[in-house]
Amino acid sequence: MKKCIITVVGKDSVGIIAKVCTYLAETNINILNISQTIVDGYFNMMAIADVENSKKELDIVAVELRDIGLQLGVNIHCQREEIFEKMHRL
Amino acid sequence: MINFYEVVETNQMIEEENLDVRTITLGISLMDCIDSDLDRLNEKIYKKITTLAKDLVSTGEKIESEFGIPIVNKRISITPVALVGGSACKKPEDFVTIAETLDKAAKEVRVNFIGGYSAIVSKGMTKSDELLIRSIPMAMAKTERVCSSVNVGSTKTGIDMDAVRLCGEIVKETAEMTKDKDSIGCAKFVVLCNAPDDNPFMAGAFLGVTEGDAVINVGVSGPGVVKRAIEKCRGKGFQELCDTIKKTAFKVTRVGQLVAGEASKRLGIPFGIIDLSLAPTPAVGDSVAEILEEIGLERVGAPGTTAALAMLNDQVKKGGVMASSYVGGLSGAFIPVSEDQGMIDAVNAGSLCIEKLEAMTCVCSVGLDMIAIPGKTKATTISGIIADEMAIGMVNQKTTAVRVIPVVGKDVGDMAEFGGLLGYAPIMPVNEFDCSAFVNRKGRIPAPIHSFKN
Repeated sequence: MKKCIITVVGKDSVGIIAKVCTYLAETNINILNISQTIVDGYFNMMAIADVENSKKELDIVAVELRDIGLQLGVNIHCQREEIFEKMHRL
Repeated sequence: MINFYEVVETNQMIEEENLDVRTITLGISLMDCIDSDLDRLNEKIYKKITTLAKDLVSTGEKIESEFGIPIVNKRISITPVALVGGSACKKPEDFVTIAETLDKAAKEVRVNFIGGYSAIVSKGMTKSDELLIRSIPMAMAKTERVCSSVNVGSTKTGIDMDAVRLCGEIVKETAEMTKDKDSIGCAKFVVLCNAPDDNPFMAGAFLGVTEGDAVINVGVSGPGVVKRAIEKCRGKGFQELCDTIKKTAFKVTRVGQLVAGEASKRLGIPFGIIDLSLAPTPAVGDSVAEILEEIGLERVGAPGTTAALAMLNDQVKKGGVMASSYVGGLSGAFIPVSEDQGMIDAVNAGSLCIEKLEAMTCVCSVGLDMIAIPGKTKATTISGIIADEMAIGMVNQKTTAVRVIPVVGKDVGDMAEFGGLLGYAPIMPVNEFDCSAFVNRKGRIPAPIHSFKN
């Protein structure tokens, strides 16, 4: 399984998760775990997703998600899980 | 499983603290390109580089966006050209054609620098070494992306003072030939002692003859991340400070190792080493000087600077070594002046002088780096500066280097502007007392004794 981590940070508004999840579904990316909190009106979301069967290359997905974030006024990152794994786990 | 705070910490390092991988450098051996016919040699060099490095930049960019980590530079290092061009080049102009070929190849594969227009003359110069060295000013003036280096000494061989004398003249000539751009040619030329074969950082990168046919070497960075981490240690003891630096260096290096492994796998080229270096850029918050100031100095250059730097350098290595399977290159904190806003500020404030920088190079890599000096400085004085720095490297069994820029037409109080990653620098005063009788002696300084250490 090839995993990536999607983070969304920014001002809360209606439909952020819906927009992101719709895109992931259309691209055939399966969400394994999702968590979300709102602190002082700031939206924080993290999802772990399986990109093994993604219809698009991961670098394209990262760019397209970033653009969706720009439309929504939030920052969206989609990164391979290894960068966090390597940095924080022995 | 990875938690939210760890993800946020990593992304904060990247976005706010300038965490990046400083360079992926593809080392390419040109030994199999050697030919006695100059045109054929150039053709073979161009073909080998553009074939092997065809996908270097695009692969780097793909890794950048997949992992969300910037990879600032993609570069190439090659076998020292003095070895490759030896049988084909009969005059300095012949070597310049190779420099032009390298420049063309670098542009074709979109790398921003190619290093290895070099000669290794730690004990003596061959005819072709000397021709290459004499061709450096013209090569630096005619090309944009070619970096040049000369290794003039080592702990095992001593210092070749004939080469040191010649290099002083070459620095002056290079400055003169690129005087319309603040003598920028000198920013691409470095004189080294104990130069490593696997250095990924410019301008001293070349692929030594001890290396394989092609290899991926990666240079990490992250002064901003270290600075931010130790802000939490204000007023605390050395134990806590050192532990924080080590942990941070570990994290930074693990990212470098990850990127190196990916690049090696995707390009099908073996992984060589990670260079554990704190490499600053002119960007605010990406400065080694600011780390030293955070440790407790009002300004870099104040008493205590050398000790603070020694400690920093050592902790970075201790933390980084465990994070990587192979460590090599220069590995240490860089203290270039023009590429570090904190260093520039310290020079302008009058707290940092060349002599203090020289002392600092005793405890860190790599040497007197990117220092602008008055254009009127004599060649023999530059050779004297080089000899001093080489002696530090020779005696302390470490790499040292000199990359000074005698900016033609400018003097103390003026500013030299190099642009981009090379930054800008105030012209620093140089001790003007004469050393020509010393520099003009022929021969070499013998290798130091390796016992009776005191």
